[in-house]
Amino acid sequence: MRLFSVRGGVHLDYRKDRTRNLGIVPLPMPALLYLPLTQHVGAAAEPVVVAGQVVRKGEVLATAQGAVSAPVHAPTSGRIKEITGHVSPHPSGLSQSTIVLESDGADAWGALPAGIEDPFAATGQEIARRVAEAGVVGLGGAAFPAAVKLNLRAGHTVDTLLINGAECEPYLTCDDRVMREYAGEVVDGARIMAHALGAARIVIAVEKNKPEAIKAIANAARPFATMAVAEVPVRYPMGSAHHLVKVITGRETPAHGRTASVGVLVHNVGTARAIHHAVRFGRPLISRVVTVSGGALKSGHNIEVPLGTLVRELIDFCGGMVAHADQVISGGPMMGHPLPSLEAPVVKGTCGILALTADETNVQPTGPCIRCGSCVEACPSGLVPLQLATLIQHEDIDGAAKLGVEDCISCGSCSYICPSHIPLMHYFDYANGRLRVLDRKRKHQEKLKTLAEARRQRLERQAAARAAAKAKSARPAAPPTASAQAQTQTQAQAQSKPVGNSAAAASVTGAPVTGLPVTTATETGAGP
Amino acid sequence: MIDLPTDHRGPFTHAPTSIQNTMVLVTLALVPATLFNFWLFGWPSVFLFLLTVFACLGVEAGCLRLQQRPVTVTLLDGSALLTGWLLAMSLPPWAPWWIGVLGAVIALALAKQIYGGLGQNVFNPAMVARVALLVSFPVPMTAFVAPQPLFSAAAPGFLESLKITFGLSLPLDSVSAASALGYIKTELSRGIPVSQAMPEVSGLFDLAVGYQSGSFGETSELLILLGGLFLLWRRVITWHIPVTFIATLFGLGTVFHALGPDRFTDGAFQVLTGATMLGAFFIATDYVTSPVSASGRLVFGFGCGLLTWIIRTYAGYPEGVAFAVLLMNAMTPLIDQGFRPRPFGRTRRGDPLPLKSKP
Repeated sequence: MRLFSVRGGVHLDYRKDRTRNLGIVPLPMPALLYLPLTQHVGAAAEPVVVAGQVVRKGEVLATAQGAVSAPVHAPTSGRIKEITGHVSPHPSGLSQSTIVLESDGADAWGALPAGIEDPFAATGQEIARRVAEAGVVGLGGAAFPAAVKLNLRAGHTVDTLLINGAECEPYLTCDDRVMREYAGEVVDGARIMAHALGAARIVIAVEKNKPEAIKAIANAARPFATMAVAEVPVRYPMGSAHHLVKVITGRETPAHGRTASVGVLVHNVGTARAIHHAVRFGRPLISRVVTVSGGALKSGHNIEVPLGTLVRELIDFCGGMVAHADQVISGGPMMGHPLPSLEAPVVKGTCGILALTADETNVQPTGPCIRCGSCVEACPSGLVPLQLATLIQHEDIDGAAKLGVEDCISCGSCSYICPSHIPLMHYFDYANGRLRVLDRKRKHQEKLKTLAEARRQRLERQAAARAAAKAKSARPAAPPTASAQAQTQTQAQAQSKPVGNSAAAASVTGAPVTGLPVTTATETGAGP
Repeated sequence: MIDLPTDHRGPFTHAPTSIQNTMVLVTLALVPATLFNFWLFGWPSVFLFLLTVFACLGVEAGCLRLQQRPVTVTLLDGSALLTGWLLAMSLPPWAPWWIGVLGAVIALALAKQIYGGLGQNVFNPAMVARVALLVSFPVPMTAFVAPQPLFSAAAPGFLESLKITFGLSLPLDSVSAASALGYIKTELSRGIPVSQAMPEVSGLFDLAVGYQSGSFGETSELLILLGGLFLLWRRVITWHIPVTFIATLFGLGTVFHALGPDRFTDGAFQVLTGATMLGAFFIATDYVTSPVSASGRLVFGFGCGLLTWIIRTYAGYPEGVAFAVLLMNAMTPLIDQGFRPRPFGRTRRGDPLPLKSKP
């Protein structure tokens, strides 16, 4: 298969050997599961169970809210202990609304919706509905509701479905294992998605350092003419959707755009497998494969983890810590984020739990920039990180925006390669955070302006209507009798009395109505 | 609830790169040429080299102490050592001690620390020092010696060499040699065409190997090239600057030599003499003072080659690499503004790519 080149990127020390040849093992069901209502991008799910209620495995615990959201299901059978605040797997460590499920040990399935016998006879909407009901989100880490992406068909012509098995982050081997052990399920899930999208071609992209996975997928895909396996170069961030699309199809997604705008949709291999389960068997997303690794742990594993399991239990399963962990990370070491606590739960987007020693994180004091240009060479977005960092250090956020800081995909290649250990990506995240705040403020002000303008127009209309009514009653066309005319006049005066304002009078004299809108603008602080 | 450290932002892994690493690699790349020159020019060159390098380290340490910045850590980054090394390599090998010491003060104090230290200087410190010395003290800075290999009969002994370096005795007859570029320039000014002067200069082979008069690091073009290739292999530098620099110089030399063989030296001569190799691989590629993007580096290398050729051919000085690099250093901030990579998903002008007709 012909591949296209893409700029930038770095060669990482992959450190995958610890877990890549270990099969996926199931985790013994924990006694308590902590299921946050927000495990996905979009609106929080709304609980439909109450404390004390007994639920069966696969039952809906919380339903999706709005267009971009996902439901939460029970990973096992048991009793709802409580719905309470619990530490979220986010660096802030903020408490998050969480359903606590007490396992009864039976692990008994509840009634599931029947699977679709022949998904290739079903409509795209039907498949997307099933995927939405099963609560499937992107399992590569982004956790974007999968059904929303399947519905993109309405607005775009998608000719290629790209299944992302690049797994370019160090340590992580969960996608590798899923492809090796469940190649058939991945291929079937991909075919179902392609059918739903009307995509003629399916490409499964795998980095060359996973020969077993490539072989397994190629074997499973062989019967299907529309499917191809692409061996992509081992270079981070090959798994970035926009860059993978460029490498496979040569099409470059415009800035701020989606890959769908160039006719390609990208899904993770784990997502394909979850969609296979959801559509064929009506099985919701209640567990996922997580790589648990890192030098601080006694052993590493790929574990099929019920959602809501506490990170502490995974660490215990791997024999605990044998060295001081400098950082405990959720996700990969490049784009993952630090976990605030081992009491945080595994959620749908958790692809790895890494306990890393100081040797592995290799944090060093920051030195001066020597302008070596390594970051420029490494940046896959074509930015000049050292110039951006200088601007941001001087709080010139607008200047950084002009140089394209918003195009940063936070892959961390620049920070990784910098010989002076300058936390470049940190600066860009900071700048983009500031830009988002400014953007929110601007939108808020625009909204206020619109509201003020609407109020001004409304008051103007009211005043005009009143004036018109008064003028009409003041100059009747042909009064039948003198007494009737006098009566009408009295009525008109009576009507105008409670209003009795200068606007009505002014409009009669032809002067412009300006008094009220000015006041309005001043009140809301949105004046010009 | 936070009971684990979360204040650090990723990535949580880092390439085994450091400033020290880079500087050590560049220094290593200079070792073969340095050793060759020690052999070629004998003990005086060793003394001057050591003196210059230690003076640079001393000046850097003094400046850091005055600024109350950490001394040991900063010295260990290796940048002062490298500057000293490059400065020593651009001096005439038998120059007196005060040339080295004054050079160190100019390079480290005036051209580097005053700007704010590593990464802040606009001009290459070693070249600022060389040019300042050349302009201020033209006689000792152009007093080149003919090669007198160590332990050969003509070579000065250890004690005699100490006297040479510390200015107590200057064997005038052995200092009278001119560099190849200087010789041609002088002959041209006397009205003798290049074609006649050329046979008097060492052959191209001698020039390439380095058996020629000149500054300490300007003799063995092949060993410098070897060091440069090492840097390319270890990805310390990219090919852009050295290749465009040398190609421009070679191209101009070849074309003009073909047009006027009596007035212009040929491309190979241009490339194999003077500081061409040292300049292209070690001076112009100085991170701090050269552009950061690939396209910017192409422009920079072209400019260096062009200016070198112009200065060598038309200006009063026989050698133009140092001037050319400094002039292009001054252009670097402008080049960095004008030559950036094309952002992904955008046109060169920065607008989002237009959507082609739906596939």
